Amino acid sequence: MAVKKMIPAKKVSAGKTTETKSGRVWKFGDNIDTDAIIPGRFLILNDAGELAKHAFEGTRDEFAKGVKDGDIVVGEKNFGCGSSREHAPLALVGCGVHVVMAQSFARIFFRNSVNVGVLPVVCKDADKIQDEATVTLDLINGYAEVDGKKLAIEPVPPFMQGIIDAGGLVNYAKNLKEVPVCTKSRQ
Amino acid sequence: MGATIVEKIFSRKCGSDIRAGEVVMTPIDGAMIHDITGPLAIQKFYEMGGEHVFDPKRVIMLFDHQIPADSLEAAKNHVYMRKFAAEQGIHNYDINEGVCHQVVLEKGRAAPGEIVVGADSHTCMYGAVGAFATGIGSTDMGFVLKFGALYFKVPETIRAEVSGKFQKRVGAKDLILAIAADIGADGATYQAIEFAGKTIAKMDMPGRMTCCNMAIEMGAKAGIVPPDKITWDYMRGRRKMKPFDLASDDDAKFREKRTYNVADLEPQVAVPHNVDQGVPVSSVAGTHIDQVFIGSCTNGRYEDMAEAAEVLGKKKFDPKVRVLVIPASRDEYLKALESGLIERFVKAGALVEAPCCGPCMGGSFGLIAPGEVSLSTSNRNFKGRQGSTEGMVYLCSPATAAASAMKGEITDPREV
Repeated sequence: MAVKKMIPAKKVSAGKTTETKSGRVWKFGDNIDTDAIIPGRFLILNDAGELAKHAFEGTRDEFAKGVKDGDIVVGEKNFGCGSSREHAPLALVGCGVHVVMAQSFARIFFRNSVNVGVLPVVCKDADKIQDEATVTLDLINGYAEVDGKKLAIEPVPPFMQGIIDAGGLVNYAKNLKEVPVCTKSRQ
Repeated sequence: MGATIVEKIFSRKCGSDIRAGEVVMTPIDGAMIHDITGPLAIQKFYEMGGEHVFDPKRVIMLFDHQIPADSLEAAKNHVYMRKFAAEQGIHNYDINEGVCHQVVLEKGRAAPGEIVVGADSHTCMYGAVGAFATGIGSTDMGFVLKFGALYFKVPETIRAEVSGKFQKRVGAKDLILAIAADIGADGATYQAIEFAGKTIAKMDMPGRMTCCNMAIEMGAKAGIVPPDKITWDYMRGRRKMKPFDLASDDDAKFREKRTYNVADLEPQVAVPHNVDQGVPVSSVAGTHIDQVFIGSCTNGRYEDMAEAAEVLGKKKFDPKVRVLVIPASRDEYLKALESGLIERFVKAGALVEAPCCGPCMGGSFGLIAPGEVSLSTSNRNFKGRQGSTEGMVYLCSPATAAASAMKGEITDPREV
C-alpha cells in the first residue's frame, strides 16, 4: 500500500472521508481503564482473536459473548486510561469493534487505537448515547446520528489522518525506508 | 517568550525552536521494552518490514512482569524476546535486574535532556532525572525500533509548585496522591507536569521517582523535575556527561500553575477504584485489609523499605495480613539485604520476593479474591487490578502500608 500524504484536504474527518459507519452500542461510563478492557492476566496473549475472548471480562461478562462485528463501544470521560497495553484496542479489533466513541480519551489508548485500526471518535455528547442504541457516523460532515438526533463529533488530529487512511501504523510504515526527523507536521 | 523545560528538551534535540502544540518527528535516545508489551512490539517491527533495530545500544530490554516465567505462555514470550535480543545485538537484562523503570534509571539508560520512550505507561518516571520520557503502545514501539524516531505533539506544561516541610512519616507518595486527587484522573491529559518548588528541590531521587512515576495517573504524557545537584550526583557513575543547565524559563508559558504546601499534609490513601480518589488516612482508618504489598516501580526502593521498617521497628505484622515485600531491583534488594531490612521484614512475618512487578498488574502472583482488600504502595487501584474485579485495592505510602500491616487495618503511620 502506498503511503498516504500526512495532511488531508481542509475538511478533516474522523475516518476515511468516503465512509459512514453504523453499529449497535455497548455503553460504558467514565474512566474505563485498560485493565477493564483487558485484565492483566491475559496480556501473555498477543493475538487479537484470543484477546477478544476476554474483553471486558469481570467488568461486563456478556460483552465478549454478545458482541457482533461492527458494534460500537461508547464511553464517557477519559476512556482507556491507565496502562499502555495495546492489547486493549487489539482485543476490540478481535471482537469486530472498529469504532470507539467517548467524550474524551486517555492519550496512549487514543494513539494505540489509531495505530491498530480502531477509530477513536471524540463526541462531547457521548454520555447521552444509550446502551443498545444504533449509531450512524457521518464522517464527511462530522456528526453521529442516534435516535434521529445529530451529535457533533470532533475531527482527529490531522497528523494522525494519514495513519488512519493507511489502515493503521503498520501499513503506514511498511514502505518507508526512513523518516525525516525534526520536521514539523501540521498541528 | 521563554520556554518550558519540555520545549527546551525538544528544541535541543532538533536544534531549532520547538514549542508546545507542535507535532515533530523526534529522534529517540532510548527505547524500553519488557515481557508484556515487548513481544507485540517486536511483531509490529517485523510487520513494518523492520530488519535491524535503529541502534541496539539504545534499546533496553528486560523481563519483570511475569518472572520467573509463571506460565507456558510467559516462558514462550521470554524465549521470543531473548532470540530477538541475540539476533539484534541488544543487551537483555532478562529476569535478573528488576522492574523496568527502576533498572533504566539505575543503569543510567535515561539522562537529563534525553527523550526516552517505553512500552509501559509508567515510563514517565524517568522525568525524575530530567529526561522527557513517555509511555507508548507496542505499534508505536515497533515504529521506534525500526526508525529510531517517533511523532510527538509537544505538550504544554502544568507546573506543580510544592513548598513546606513534610511531617514525620509523610512523604512523596502522600504528596503525589494529593496532587492526583487535586488534578484528577484526566486533568493533565496531553500535558506534562513539572514538579518544582522548595520541597521538590530538597526531595531525594527516590521521592522524585515516585512523583514522576504517577504523572500518568493524571493522564499526563510526562512528569519532570528539572535537573539539579541531586540529579547530577545521581547520574555520576551511571553516565559520563557534564552537568548542564536545563530548566524552564521564568517567563515560560505554562498551561497552569498549581501550588501545594505539604506542611499540614496528612498521609493519603487512594480508595477504590480510581487513583484520584485520594483521601486523608484518618477518613478510612480502621478499614479491614487482607493483603499489603510494599514494592513496585512507585515505591520499591531501599528508601521505601527503610521507611516501612522504621515504622515497624522490632514489632511484628498482624498474622492475619499477608504482607508481600518486593524490592524494585537487584540493587535495591542488596541494599535492603545488607542493611538488615530484609531480615527484619521476614522476622515480622512478611514474604519477601525477588525483584519484579509482583501483584501490581494482577497478571502474576499475589492476586486477591472476590471481597478481599489489598493495601498497596503501587500506582493503580482500578477494579480488578490485583485480581478479582470484586476485590478492593487501596493505595498508600510505605509508612502507611507498614503501620496498617501491623494493625490489620488501615492505620495512620504517625500513630504507631
